[in-house]
Amino acid sequence: MQQRVDQQGRQPAQSETYQHGAYPDLRGRFGPYGGKFVPESLMPPLAELEAAYHEARHDPAFEEELQGLLRSYVGRPTPLYYVPRFSRLVAPGVRVYLKREDLAHTGAHKINNALGQGLLAKRMGKRRIIAETGAGQHGVATATVCAMLGLECIIYMGAEDIERQSLNVFRMRLLGAEVRSVDSGSRTLKDAINEAIRDWVTNVETTFYLIGSVVGPHPYPLIVRDFQSIIGREAREQILQLEGRLPDLVIACVGGGSNAMGIFYPFADAPEVRLLGVEAGGKGIASGQHAATLVAGRPGVLHGAFSYLLQNEDGQVLGTHSISAGLDYPGVGPEHSYMKDTGRASYVAADDALALRGLQALSQSEGIIPALEPAHALGYLLEMGARGDLDPGSLIIVNLSGRGDKDMLTVARELQVTIS
Amino acid sequence: MQQHQQSETIERHAALPAQRIGQAFAQASREGRCALIPYLMCGFPSVGQSLAAAEAAIEGGADLIELGLPFSDPLADGATIQHASHQALERGMNVAACLSIASQVAARSTVPLILMGYYNPVLAYGIERFCREAAAAGVCGLIIPDLPPEEARPLLEAAHQEGLALIFLVPPTTPDDRIALIARVAAEEPRGFLYCVSLSGVTGAREHLPPHLQSFIARVRRQSTLYSLPLAVGFGISRPEHVAEIARYADGAVVGSALVNLLERYASDEQVQRLAVRDYIRSLRDRTVRQS
Repeated sequence: MQQRVDQQGRQPAQSETYQHGAYPDLRGRFGPYGGKFVPESLMPPLAELEAAYHEARHDPAFEEELQGLLRSYVGRPTPLYYVPRFSRLVAPGVRVYLKREDLAHTGAHKINNALGQGLLAKRMGKRRIIAETGAGQHGVATATVCAMLGLECIIYMGAEDIERQSLNVFRMRLLGAEVRSVDSGSRTLKDAINEAIRDWVTNVETTFYLIGSVVGPHPYPLIVRDFQSIIGREAREQILQLEGRLPDLVIACVGGGSNAMGIFYPFADAPEVRLLGVEAGGKGIASGQHAATLVAGRPGVLHGAFSYLLQNEDGQVLGTHSISAGLDYPGVGPEHSYMKDTGRASYVAADDALALRGLQALSQSEGIIPALEPAHALGYLLEMGARGDLDPGSLIIVNLSGRGDKDMLTVARELQVTIS
Repeated sequence: MQQHQQSETIERHAALPAQRIGQAFAQASREGRCALIPYLMCGFPSVGQSLAAAEAAIEGGADLIELGLPFSDPLADGATIQHASHQALERGMNVAACLSIASQVAARSTVPLILMGYYNPVLAYGIERFCREAAAAGVCGLIIPDLPPEEARPLLEAAHQEGLALIFLVPPTTPDDRIALIARVAAEEPRGFLYCVSLSGVTGAREHLPPHLQSFIARVRRQSTLYSLPLAVGFGISRPEHVAEIARYADGAVVGSALVNLLERYASDEQVQRLAVRDYIRSLRDRTVRQS
């Protein structure tokens, strides 16, 4: 296995350390991961995007517009909120804080990135926006930003996800977006990305592809990390103000990995802060029906990047399962792959049942209904507490990346409750 | 002494599989034609039918054959090849089985074979092992549509080690300086040809050739003139008149989705299918002759 990775030009990174601020390099690499494995037609627009992005980030006017909208439109900063009753459920003496991305406009962290890229698209003169969506949160965020900026919006969504996230489909359409159902392959997020890439290849000169996670070819993992890092920058400032010290543990769910990278990255230079990503264990790793890419995958190329991937022996991408559409993806952002190999972050899996337990526990102890995605992190935290893995006095931040309204039909079905 | 070394180099060179690609283009050119390059998906509609179709295409006058390796996520392909890829995988096609198909085709003809597939299955197989076994199977070159020159170096070295060409795609939206860059990498020995993508988009049969094809090919020719690589045109080509037009200004025409559609249409009767493929390829081949 390792020899196959070597063919990419570098040794797996076990002996290396993660150098904060050093990635991606000029080739778009995080150690051996990342890169631009795309059809040739996308190479010029990726270069154009990279140049436009760097120029925008150095333009005070762009920064001012972005920060202004993050404040007044998105509702930032989101609170860092102490949850005493949930903390007691986790373990005696631990203090758990939630980074309340569920309170951001549209109900999830996805808006941070959609807004940033939407402003960038407008600046580049691209008025046709395409995006993929799994749970529909990124689609809703993109449709929202496009409505606000007056841009055309086309959302690709797997047919299976359209069924299980019908409420979000309606929201997107209400916001003026066209939602295109993707019937190929596994009919979920990975196929929606394939179809979005096909659209981009076809309409490359007029279209901006607004990717929703820290995945895809360079410079997307960088751009999305930058726009989502506001989560971690705020959380760091807030925890220092509230507790006078950095947390012992920052925990977040990982599908593609954008909310996790957003909160991890600004803590990654502080070695005392443990970073823990929780992937979707589905029906259990042994069942093969899961989406735990970093836990159970091996490196490969999908959607433009070299990164961990759920694939069979022959390099075909495997179907995934998760109770949460937002984590149901066989790939993961390349920087997470490097954080895993270098040990800067560690990654575990929580299965569907544990996620449901996390969702119920937070709802009933704190009056906050989380989305099924961050419920994986909450569930895993409960399990860590039960196992005695958390010292009393531990200071913990959970990235509560979205609210649970969209998942109520799924949760009701799982709990065998009929609602009309 | 020097002369002896030189002749040895030439001999070794002549044995390189990739050289047969250049020879096929040169032969067509001597006959006043562009080369005709049918594409077939390995294992579609079945292993037997893809083998029979390759033979029928050769009988119909193919100058080179492209064999597709199926992938679960063919993001540069349109509906036809997505479907063929999916079906082939459903029927258990994998890299080893594709190499076996290639070796069976190669055993029965001298027409150069090119494998076209996405990077991940090649990576999972091990790129050195893949190139070694492909060369042993009689393959002459590789096309990997999700591997631009910037990422191609490891595979390029492994392919060249085995005497295989790595063929790059050039879409019409490529700026001049980038065409020159791609041509420079594509021209490293052992070389194949430049695969000019007729349109912005994915594979799939179209009714008409795009309007600016000739000027695009002229632009690629200008930017690659230093390397005198053969230029083949692919994507969307389905009719004899398309081939006739391409013959006027390019060195080769690739026909993929139209042929895959044909195989699907006649899948129920293998005898009819075989004749349909042969006759279709023959009808295209008849139009490869340059009209001056």
